[in-house]
Amino acid sequence: MDFFILEVLIGGLLTGVLYALVALGFVLIFKASAVFNFAQGSMCLFAALALVRLIEVMPVPLALLCAAAIMVGLAFAIERLVLRPLVNQEAIILFMATIGITFFLDGFGQSLFGSEVYTLDLGIPKDPLILFEGLIPGGILVNEFDLWAAVAAGLLVAVLAVFFQRTRIGRALRAVADDHQAALSVGIPLRHIWVIVWSVAGLVALVAGIIWGSKLGVQFSIALVALKALPVLMLGGLTSVPGAIVGGLIVGAGEKLSEVFLGPFLGGGIENWFAYVLALLFLLVRPQGLFGERIIERV
Amino acid sequence: MRIIKLTLFAVFCALSTAPALAQSEQFFPSLVYRTGPYAPNGIPFANGFADYLNLLNARDGGINGVKITTEECETGYATDRGVECYERLKGKGPTGASLFVPLSTGITYALMDKAPVDKIALLTSGYGRSESADGNVVRWAFPILGTYWDAGDIQIEYLATLAGGWDKLKGKKIADVYHDSPYGKEPIPVLQALAKQHGFELQLLPVTHPGVEQKATWLQIRQNRPDFTLLWGWGVMNSTALKEAAAVAYPRDKMLGVWWAGAEADTVPAEDAAKGYNALALNPSGSGFAVHRDVFAQLYDKNMGAAERKDVGSVLYNRGMINALFATEAVRTAQGKFGNKPLIGEQVRWGLENLDVTADKIKKLGFEGLLTPLKVTCENHTGIARAKVHQWDGKEWKFVSDWIDSDQKLVWPMVEEAAKKYAQEKNLPTDACSKAS
Amino acid sequence: MIYREAGQFRTSYTADQAVFPIRQDRIVVWGVAFFAFFVVPFLASEYLLRAILVPFLILAIAAIGLNLLVGYCGQISLGSAAFMAVGAYAAYDIAVHVPGMNLLVVFALGGLCAAAAGIVFGLPSLRIKGYYLAVATLAAQFFFDWLFIRIPWFTNYASSGSVSAPSLRILGLSFESPAGRYLLCLGLMTVTALAAKNLVRGRMGRIWMATRDMDIAAEIIGIRPLHAKLSAFAISSFIIGVSGALWAFVHLGSWEPLAFSIDRSFALIFMVVIGGLGSILGCFFGAAFITMVPIFLNQIPAALGLPLSTAMVSHLEFMTFGTLIVFFLIVEPNGLARLWTIGREKLRLWPFPH
Repeated sequence: MDFFILEVLIGGLLTGVLYALVALGFVLIFKASAVFNFAQGSMCLFAALALVRLIEVMPVPLALLCAAAIMVGLAFAIERLVLRPLVNQEAIILFMATIGITFFLDGFGQSLFGSEVYTLDLGIPKDPLILFEGLIPGGILVNEFDLWAAVAAGLLVAVLAVFFQRTRIGRALRAVADDHQAALSVGIPLRHIWVIVWSVAGLVALVAGIIWGSKLGVQFSIALVALKALPVLMLGGLTSVPGAIVGGLIVGAGEKLSEVFLGPFLGGGIENWFAYVLALLFLLVRPQGLFGERIIERV
Repeated sequence: MRIIKLTLFAVFCALSTAPALAQSEQFFPSLVYRTGPYAPNGIPFANGFADYLNLLNARDGGINGVKITTEECETGYATDRGVECYERLKGKGPTGASLFVPLSTGITYALMDKAPVDKIALLTSGYGRSESADGNVVRWAFPILGTYWDAGDIQIEYLATLAGGWDKLKGKKIADVYHDSPYGKEPIPVLQALAKQHGFELQLLPVTHPGVEQKATWLQIRQNRPDFTLLWGWGVMNSTALKEAAAVAYPRDKMLGVWWAGAEADTVPAEDAAKGYNALALNPSGSGFAVHRDVFAQLYDKNMGAAERKDVGSVLYNRGMINALFATEAVRTAQGKFGNKPLIGEQVRWGLENLDVTADKIKKLGFEGLLTPLKVTCENHTGIARAKVHQWDGKEWKFVSDWIDSDQKLVWPMVEEAAKKYAQEKNLPTDACSKAS
Repeated sequence: MIYREAGQFRTSYTADQAVFPIRQDRIVVWGVAFFAFFVVPFLASEYLLRAILVPFLILAIAAIGLNLLVGYCGQISLGSAAFMAVGAYAAYDIAVHVPGMNLLVVFALGGLCAAAAGIVFGLPSLRIKGYYLAVATLAAQFFFDWLFIRIPWFTNYASSGSVSAPSLRILGLSFESPAGRYLLCLGLMTVTALAAKNLVRGRMGRIWMATRDMDIAAEIIGIRPLHAKLSAFAISSFIIGVSGALWAFVHLGSWEPLAFSIDRSFALIFMVVIGGLGSILGCFFGAAFITMVPIFLNQIPAALGLPLSTAMVSHLEFMTFGTLIVFFLIVEPNGLARLWTIGREKLRLWPFPH
């Protein structure tokens, strides 16, 4: 029983990393264009659907490239058709516009690619890994797939960190995130930056879609994973990439531990709202999230 | 704005009038969900339903010469869309819609109050409210082939045979992983009653809709190591459960799903994880039956089939066809009394109450092997409550048991008691059948 | 030329404070009210009444409630369907345990329970702002989704967790018929709209708007933020709770917790934003848009005779709906109410160009 808690904790942490993957897309877009992109979940679904259907007609590397190209194309379309006309609008208007994009992508993806469940096989064995069988009776169960997904997420974060810190474009992105006006006055082309950010978010959505699609099967419910990423964002802060990871770990672990140990007393099924309540409690202490930018209001 | 409002009003008046149909047609509405999280299960059922109705038109010229028309309305498994579809479709056709097949427990609950007022029957074969089995109270809903309470009982009966007898169940642990909705919660009273009666421990593990998050549930199962696990899921919850069970190395052959958790849509996405999984089956899978030959010849060879050719014969497709059979045979039975013309809801309800699907009829319609004879009565709307158990071997479903009947001595008193409570709540008489024609 | 204020003088304070000061406005509103109360129940088909007008009216009430919170007080709430659920289940429990109580009183008590829930889940608004608050209110949504399915007392110990409403009889009159349901909702909607309009024109409204525009400045001039924000949450949740009770009792009849899921919350916030934040008239436009456009879109392919599968029709409906939302937000970010106001302004000069 003592080691069961370790098992649940590890399982929760790994699931949390998967949530953080989806949350990363949100953070990227919010950092650069101050838009809360609710369509991130639908983008994951769209990317995964595109990939899975392309794999049926072409070899995998080519399919990956095509899917990435589709996401970049989507970024162009969104920037041109939705973001440009809505420049300078209130936050809630942009938020609603992204929800409109969600509806559109849901319908468009399913009408183009179909509403069946498609399997995405990454070649990672789905059998459980039992560690430390000698030391602990029964061993500790670790899901090998989740481990690889965590590794992939870690790699992605590392790549993104390098991208932001070392490249010219990354610096431009950070400048835009800091202050739009100042970046414009220095000569940074805002529109190009937005297309780049949405494309990167689209690629992150592709990775998240691949991993979740492999876990659950590529079908509509992947779009609902975005709702799981929201507490992660609240906890970690909307503008911080490490915040997304740490938030993901806390939410994932908290969720699973609460379901297993608190759940039986409350009848079970508490995972969903516990994540939100946990994030809410953190927010009451730090209203901008653990790593978020301090909100400075001027009167 | 007022002009716009008035124009919209006029347009809606125009759109909500029924299109002109030939007088000699029977209208069958079809509530389907081909989109949304439950689409993988909704699509084959809807296809089977549509194909059988089209087959009757193509092969037999309708029901005794009365052609069949049908219209689908997408509900997405959402209750309010289902209610809107019901309101939209109930007036269509020369005699209006005479029966609805909701295929959703939520929509069924919402329609159970409206249907008696509108005098439209509800065919809820294998689902719906368990009280509706008692026709003396609930006249308008027909859970032919069994309710969730029957299903729960059949499951425990099968587990008893696996354990080696009812007395061997004592002290065993049975977990129930269920969809946290009326569908999943309905069988719990029966399961608890059986647990008390036979001394096994029942562990309830709810899974929130839509059911993609089950890691915590299955870690708990790994911890508790129940001897058997029941699965009451729908949609993506089923395949996720199988994958998570594999991830915690819980033997799939110790899992027993209900008849809504035992279709290709549930096992194929789980790939290898589903091998050895058992589930209840109201009907077999397979496209080699006589009716399928007709379906291929009359519909698919002429490119008029609703599904992909390779999906004909899946478990849910066949179940859709069986539901269409019940609907059309009820109309045929009622035509025997009221004449060969389009019938209204009251008459079709009479047809359902007197539905007698004999072995001859089954053979003539081509369903031999798909269905066993059953007889619905006004008092008992289920007709027959039995299921087999089939197992997924990686490629297809194979039967591993014979027909198991639900224990009416246990279930029927519970149904009657629930029906009495329902009658009190709704102010309904409890002896409608003795007064009926 | 027609819509002119010239010649209309107001000679008393009461006349000046009228909700519709211009005579033409008054005529139109009375005309619409007459049409709605006395003509529509007789002319409209049952489908129109039950499936289009009743949901429209109930959701208009909910939109008014939400607009008070989001549009006038500036607190974004994404969990409004949860408060509808609280109102519905509270009304159901009261009706079941105190049979014979007047249904209107039952609805009001349901609204009060929703108001209490709104205050509890509105407390974080004192500390959290903006998107964070929006996501925090989702906690209410998921919590109540779970609560009503887990605690059997709320569903009167029904084994399935699904409940059905008692029959609609108020003071001996039955409102079960489609026309009756329509008139009940219309009556309550009129009362709510008038009450909300007067609320926002008065002191409460000004307090809320000050908090929305700059809450720190408002605090400095003496508006207590606790009072302002929590009163907004309370009153808004009361109205939303009443609309939830109506949705359950009058429209659905029999429901389960999934009937108040997060999709309903998003539909409500759409209504408010597309209709126009901070505008009572906008609530009606928004409610009409969100209830009628999907049904309309669903029927177009059939009306045009296009042989599309139901799945494709549904997908197209989603796509068009999403496109329309983005389109309206681009064309008029202040909502349909603003378009209406612009139209009215142009009408004052018509047919003259300036």
